[in-house]
Amino acid sequence: MAEIIRDKKTGRILFTKEMKKEYTLLIPNMLPVHFKLFSKALQMHGYNVVLLETTGRQIVNEGLKNVHNDTCYPALLVIGQMIDALNSGKYDLNKTALMITQTGGGCRASNYIFLLRKALAKSGYENIPVISVNLSGMEKNPGFKLTLGLIKKLVYGIVYGDLLMLLANQTRPYEIAKGAADEMIDKWAAILNDEFKSSKNVTYKRVKYNMDRILADFNSIPINKTDKIKVGVVGEIYVKYAPLGNNNLEKFLQSEDVEVVVPGLMDFVIFKVDNRVVDPTIYGGGRIKHFVASKFENYLLGWQNDMIEAIKKYPRFTPPQSFLKTKEMVKGYVGYGNKMGEGWLLTGEMLELVHSGTNNIVCTQPFGCLPNHVAGKGMMKKIKALNPTANIVAIDYDPGATAINQENRIKLMIANAKRMKQSGIIENATAEDFITTAEEREKTTV
Amino acid sequence: MSVSIGIDIGSTTAKVVVSKNDEIVFRKYERHFSQVRQKTLEIIKEAKEHLEGETFKVAISGSAGLGVAKSADIPFVQEVFATGELVRKALPDTDVVIELGGEDAKIIFFDKKTGGFEERMNGSCAGGTGAFIDQMATLLNVTPTELDELSRDHKFIYTIASRCGVFAKSDIQPLLNQGAGKSDIAASIFQAVVDQTITGLAQGKSIEGKVLFLGGPLFFFSGLRERFVETLNLNEDTAIFPEFSLYAVSMGSAIYAQTEQKTFTYDELVEKLENAVDETISTIRLPALFKDEAEYEEFVERHKKATIDTVELENYEGKAYIGIDCGSTTTKLVLIDENCNILYEYYNSNKGNPVEIVREQLCHLYELCGDKIVIAGSAVTGYGEDLIKNAFNIDAGLVETMAHLKAAAYFNPKVDFVLDIGGQDIKCFKIKNGVIDNIVLNEACSSGCGSFVETFAKSMGYDAKSFAKLGLYAQNPVDLGSRCTVFMNSSVKQAQKEGATIEDISAGLSISVTKNAIYKVIRAASPKDLGENIVVQGGTFLSDSILRSFEKEIGMNVIRPSISGLMGAYGAALYVKELHLEKSDMLNDEQLKNFKHTSKTVSCGLCNNKCNLTINTFEGNRKYISGNRCERPLGKKENNDLPNLFAYKLEKIKALKGAEGPLGKIGIPLGLNMYENIPFWHTFLTELGFEVVLSDISSRTLYRKGQHTIPSDTVCYPAKLMHGHIESLLEKGVKRIFYPCMPYNFDEKAGDNYYNCPVVAYYPELLQANIDKLAEVEYLNGYFGLHRPRDFEKKAYEYFGERFSLSAKQIKEASRKAFDAYEMWKADIRLKGRQAMEFAKENSLQVIVLAGRPYHIDPEINHGIDKMLTSFNLCVVTEDAVADLGNAGKVNVLNQWTYHSRLYNAANYVTTQDNMQLIQLVSFGCGIDAITTDEVRFILESKDKLYTQLKIDEINNLGAIRIRIRSLLAAIREKEAKRQNG
Repeated sequence: MAEIIRDKKTGRILFTKEMKKEYTLLIPNMLPVHFKLFSKALQMHGYNVVLLETTGRQIVNEGLKNVHNDTCYPALLVIGQMIDALNSGKYDLNKTALMITQTGGGCRASNYIFLLRKALAKSGYENIPVISVNLSGMEKNPGFKLTLGLIKKLVYGIVYGDLLMLLANQTRPYEIAKGAADEMIDKWAAILNDEFKSSKNVTYKRVKYNMDRILADFNSIPINKTDKIKVGVVGEIYVKYAPLGNNNLEKFLQSEDVEVVVPGLMDFVIFKVDNRVVDPTIYGGGRIKHFVASKFENYLLGWQNDMIEAIKKYPRFTPPQSFLKTKEMVKGYVGYGNKMGEGWLLTGEMLELVHSGTNNIVCTQPFGCLPNHVAGKGMMKKIKALNPTANIVAIDYDPGATAINQENRIKLMIANAKRMKQSGIIENATAEDFITTAEEREKTTV
Repeated sequence: MSVSIGIDIGSTTAKVVVSKNDEIVFRKYERHFSQVRQKTLEIIKEAKEHLEGETFKVAISGSAGLGVAKSADIPFVQEVFATGELVRKALPDTDVVIELGGEDAKIIFFDKKTGGFEERMNGSCAGGTGAFIDQMATLLNVTPTELDELSRDHKFIYTIASRCGVFAKSDIQPLLNQGAGKSDIAASIFQAVVDQTITGLAQGKSIEGKVLFLGGPLFFFSGLRERFVETLNLNEDTAIFPEFSLYAVSMGSAIYAQTEQKTFTYDELVEKLENAVDETISTIRLPALFKDEAEYEEFVERHKKATIDTVELENYEGKAYIGIDCGSTTTKLVLIDENCNILYEYYNSNKGNPVEIVREQLCHLYELCGDKIVIAGSAVTGYGEDLIKNAFNIDAGLVETMAHLKAAAYFNPKVDFVLDIGGQDIKCFKIKNGVIDNIVLNEACSSGCGSFVETFAKSMGYDAKSFAKLGLYAQNPVDLGSRCTVFMNSSVKQAQKEGATIEDISAGLSISVTKNAIYKVIRAASPKDLGENIVVQGGTFLSDSILRSFEKEIGMNVIRPSISGLMGAYGAALYVKELHLEKSDMLNDEQLKNFKHTSKTVSCGLCNNKCNLTINTFEGNRKYISGNRCERPLGKKENNDLPNLFAYKLEKIKALKGAEGPLGKIGIPLGLNMYENIPFWHTFLTELGFEVVLSDISSRTLYRKGQHTIPSDTVCYPAKLMHGHIESLLEKGVKRIFYPCMPYNFDEKAGDNYYNCPVVAYYPELLQANIDKLAEVEYLNGYFGLHRPRDFEKKAYEYFGERFSLSAKQIKEASRKAFDAYEMWKADIRLKGRQAMEFAKENSLQVIVLAGRPYHIDPEINHGIDKMLTSFNLCVVTEDAVADLGNAGKVNVLNQWTYHSRLYNAANYVTTQDNMQLIQLVSFGCGIDAITTDEVRFILESKDKLYTQLKIDEINNLGAIRIRIRSLLAAIREKEAKRQNG
């Protein structure tokens, strides 16, 4: 059995090469399709990964017990979910490790891993190794390495995931046979899971080829395209995506008979890389990092572009806006130095939605989310002033908030959307109603 | 002919209107006591004559209406939307609607240009509603109507925190205990509602133009209306209080109903409502508290063992001792004999006037004791300690934590954990080697548990006792979560909607109160964390349901003394008994009979704090002043002789003066990280040729000025104050304001990174987007990093060079001088810290490191805690004055914020010094301190030091903080005594 070795400086347990062979790695789920592919990618690289898809109140309770209750809700949920899994008896505690992402910014999210370790110690699991997945070179482990090959496969996972999510969201409200879009997701998830078993199927060419097949498949679903209200979902990354975090927000919106628009994960990943490119230009230094980050950013932008081009071939679907255009839009609202958490991207996604015909937005955040005070709630007044059709509601999530309160507020936003639509405000809005140049935005406080 | 029905089911009431050709022919407003569907049906039946033979349309609205609408298949309209429908039709010149309901508060802004509207509803953390007013009335022991009447005679408005009911309560309670006038408090409560509406809801939009006021509280309470009109500067033309206020939502629903397709006849509607199934249960249910009656009997038997013997007072002769616990909502009193048996006990609500209650009781006692019993000593503890002690000349006062420990140790000398849940407070402490080792008090946000149960019981038509009893045999207790009471309120609402029985809710409440204590306040992971010999007490534990929940949750049996509610008083009596006095100096029978007590309120003018002082005058012209933060109004001099680095740092900043320069004036808002960076920017900008103008030092008035532009009501108070600072600068007439975005802090090489928190980093951008007036000045809020001095020169040149025709050389020189100035400034503070510690050593004084962020020296943020500490004869230093002396090494968290690294190092240094303690100041809403507090605690406790955390907010009252500090001092003293006794 693998020996437990601790890092000399910090005392944390290292994930060793032996562990890689023997251990089961538990990873939390955030986006169902994406994360399944991520776990397959990891498996291809020899990690025995299990994706945690558990739900239920006991997860929140474990979180409340083990994490400082004023910590943000996603930390509470992710850590609660992991402790709950360890408690479940399903995993051999001598051969289980945990994996968690670490963004490394000035947001408290960078501290999740430490909170997780504290929680483990508190619950008597101090011998469970925890692996940090990050691009900043924090916390190295001999048994885990983000190799170029692995990174590429994870990127492919994002591309597939984003595409499937987008197509399903644009199909679901209009499908004639209820459930067709979800079936199509299942079908492709199965195909891709299968392909992800061997590296030769996970190549640039293959992804390009598959994108088109996926599009063709979704395009063949019979629909009745009616004029439905579109509601965008933005916010803190975890509560924005994870049904566990947002009380099944997407399901709720679907039941309200609206088209749900959820910006993809790729933007967030590019955003995080872009921060590294931008930082040296604001504060100086870091030329080499700057160079590496630019390269990687271009690679990701290329993928986003490929996806947009592929979607364009099918008029039925609306492609997402390119990252660079979104970045351009935030000028005059927030600076590119606003990088903690979702930073300027959050403002950018709201603008992207409003400008692409999705005027109605649910902005989700954990209760008391620090970066969102500024980039989310703090920008709404200005966004609404400069874009009169914007209809945004901010929803806070935490262990005590009830679905009824959240849903009531969202219902109001939707009622408002319907009224605006009926009264013709949206159609009558002219280009002058939208101040679009950065210079003008800068000048206009409100 | 068109007939429609609008039904509005709120959290507490149901409102129904029947409209015929736009005329209201029937309307009804009634409380529904959670019988939502039945009540609606009942009212519809009353309207039968208007509906029979008609075909009409119906729409349901309201927070509790959704379930009914769904199950009866009747159209639903969101309530704010319904209000909008009414306004558009009936009062189209309205600009703003303010609607307060039972548990909701909303503002709707109308845009006349687009016909659109923008609504703000209270989020999950906001009180300021009808339920809040009810709760406050209960606290004052008046009906809501009486509260309103009282408010009319007010002469003075106190500052009462307006965030949520629980906060306000912590402000009101001490005012009551200090004897402030009820009229003034009543009006202040209404003012708090107004403030909450303006800050919590308006969020960055000004309330102007024609304002329409709707909803029950605004309809019923003229005092509330008056507060709104005055605060918003409205007049008869602009403040509209319609006669139909209560029915607005139902009227809007009736209007909306007409757009729906579905029609009904009377019989159809009645049938639908009769046959509608109450929603299926989706709230989580918990296991029952007791399996059966036998299990309960056994439980009762076990707890019967922890009793104190009582001795018949008539049969006793000799010395006796009085203990009084003047708590936040109740007054407790015991009389004990030489053997610690109880001769007399009293427990009752203090009815908002504890002085009178104590007087009555003491008179009664003198009568009972006659000549046989000599009252040898008296002691008082609790919130009202000072007041009662002064009023009646009580022999001794002691901090309540010590009183509780004394009593608990009497039941179990081995006690290692005491948990007390009172009316408003949860307090618990661990005992190590007979000394209080760690005190946890609930922060304002989770308090109110005991009185919440009481208020809630009342609202359900029960008293607290019988309500709690209901829960004993509940089959499926409801899981109501473990957060603050406002959250619970909506969980209760949801459970009721789902058909939970009153029994299930009662049991669920008991479980929540318990979980709140364990996980929110004590934050225990397992029973092992608490202790092995646990004593629970406080009035709230008199409830068997709560006691049982607690035992079940921690999985072990605990001791609940029979005098659970009297422990503070009993402990006080034990304490005074140990003083071995001959005879008490307390007022005698005669004096008590002639006792007179008046109180008046004045605003202290001795310094900028402008404390609201309550002056109590007792017979013989004895005075007791409360509400003060320092000793000056008491005629004593402030303890200026003791080192106080909070004061020193603030004075140093105040002494900064701008110098006239060729580039004119530039304003800097003095808040957040500017408290740290001002020496740098001041020098830098002055050197460049600007005249630096600082905003005024924070005050409540300054806060109010900017209050209406705060977009996120959950952000920390220091950030909220920034809005006022910008207003302050604008008032000074500056045409240019500099407030840079700074994600990075100075790199002090003390951690893994050197970030600022996201709020500090980007708040300048938020201000730009939310304060309209900033568009009229040049607002410079670019990104800067001071962590790379050479790069800063380049970047600053890019930013300032062209804009102000400055050369690279000028900027380079200014920058170097600025970095030097900053370093000198820091060095001076370190030096001052060393001097303070030397002074303390020479004079055998304790030093408190009052640790937090640089902006905690702001008097409006710390509320004068530093001065309170010096009044206790403690020297105060700051974390940055001692951080360089300590080295916390590798900590258990990601150490990536400069301010935090200082905290860790300062804590580490404190552990090496016998005469030093650390108190951590934490601003409410500071998400990052959720991480630092645990770590600072760990650093201190691993070296056997006490950890004290003070959570601060807009709340002005230092009562609870005083208890914390006195407990800490008592604990230090006992620890020291233990050490000396070996």
